[in-house]
Amino acid sequence: MKIAVSAEGDTLTSIMDMRFGRAPYFIMIDTDTGEYEAVDNGAAQSSGGAGIAAAQMLVDKGIKILITGNVGPNAMKVLTAGDIPVYGGRQSTVRENMEAYNTGLLEKIDTTVPAHFGLGGQGRR
Amino acid sequence: MRIAVLSGKGGTGKTTVAASLTSVGICQYVDCDVEEPNGAIFLKPRLTSSTPVTVAVPAVDLSRCDGCGRCAEACQFHAISVVKGTVLLFPELCHHCGACGIACPRDAVSETGREIGVIEADPDGFFIQGRLHIGEPVTIPVIQALKKRIREDVPVILDCPPGASCAVVASIRDCDYCVLVTEPTPFGLHDLKVAVGLVQQMNIPFGVVVNKAMNGDQRIQDYCMENGITVLMEIPFSREIAEGYARGMLPIQAGGEWRDRFLSLYKAIGGGNVR
Repeated sequence: MKIAVSAEGDTLTSIMDMRFGRAPYFIMIDTDTGEYEAVDNGAAQSSGGAGIAAAQMLVDKGIKILITGNVGPNAMKVLTAGDIPVYGGRQSTVRENMEAYNTGLLEKIDTTVPAHFGLGGQGRR
Repeated sequence: MRIAVLSGKGGTGKTTVAASLTSVGICQYVDCDVEEPNGAIFLKPRLTSSTPVTVAVPAVDLSRCDGCGRCAEACQFHAISVVKGTVLLFPELCHHCGACGIACPRDAVSETGREIGVIEADPDGFFIQGRLHIGEPVTIPVIQALKKRIREDVPVILDCPPGASCAVVASIRDCDYCVLVTEPTPFGLHDLKVAVGLVQQMNIPFGVVVNKAMNGDQRIQDYCMENGITVLMEIPFSREIAEGYARGMLPIQAGGEWRDRFLSLYKAIGGGNVR
């Protein structure tokens, strides 16, 4: 199963990015093999619809679980259609968030933040 | 004769100048500031008609669609997403380019109209304004619809949006003259330079009105002098004008001097017949 974590950098020790659509990277971890790849989030530079494009990419990449901070309403529609549940991560490393998920410490989020939230420098803390 | 009033910086007095020129001339007033049309506050037209402005957005015929996702790939604005064979549309992100319909190999995408704003007018069409619906991000189609209703038989004053981006370009395109309104502040001068760059690139003759002018501050006049730019008028920083403005009154309604000065300006920039 593949899990994606929004990240500020391209390694497992990078800090999870609280933004979804505007995160520079997604770390995609294969829980069966333990291998991971860092995928450049091209959507982060979009003038609009970044969350939609990022969610579309996760669906196309066969991601089954997403760990991130905040998800906007449009991105949530795409993730829901793609059957990708979203878990609320913490502002620590990708690896620590994976461990927290594996031990059942992360909660599933169904609520969204307002559109363009990730452009305002705010975030759920 | 189409005269556009723009500024670069917001709040410098575009509408004050545009509405004053309209008040002295026999002309049509076109409020292109469709996000916040406010010339009506001064000119008090009787708005009797409201015409919808629609844009073409995709509609998908699900009986033809096989979920291939070509439309989503073609869309540069992420207004379509195809997830597990389901098409999700985000019409508010659509820029109406039609690429999705061209990309669809099964002819499943057609266009449907979506209202993004209205054109409001008085009975004889001497006052028209565009009004973008709240939450809509794209102003240009409303400005273009507005400009289709420009009269050819009288001079036209176009009150432009602030800034110097696409909405302003759409507003001043095909205009014969631009009046650049600014104020003697660092921001006023900075944004004036941006606006000057724009009108020069578009080859439109122009002049500058200095609003809120103060004796001690000549930065705008100095810049204009150095660059051979005509200063058309100076409106002083005046409590009397500000108080009138706060009551929805133009300077020309306060007394004779301002009426004469705007009459002169209107004639100088080629407005033609006056009231």
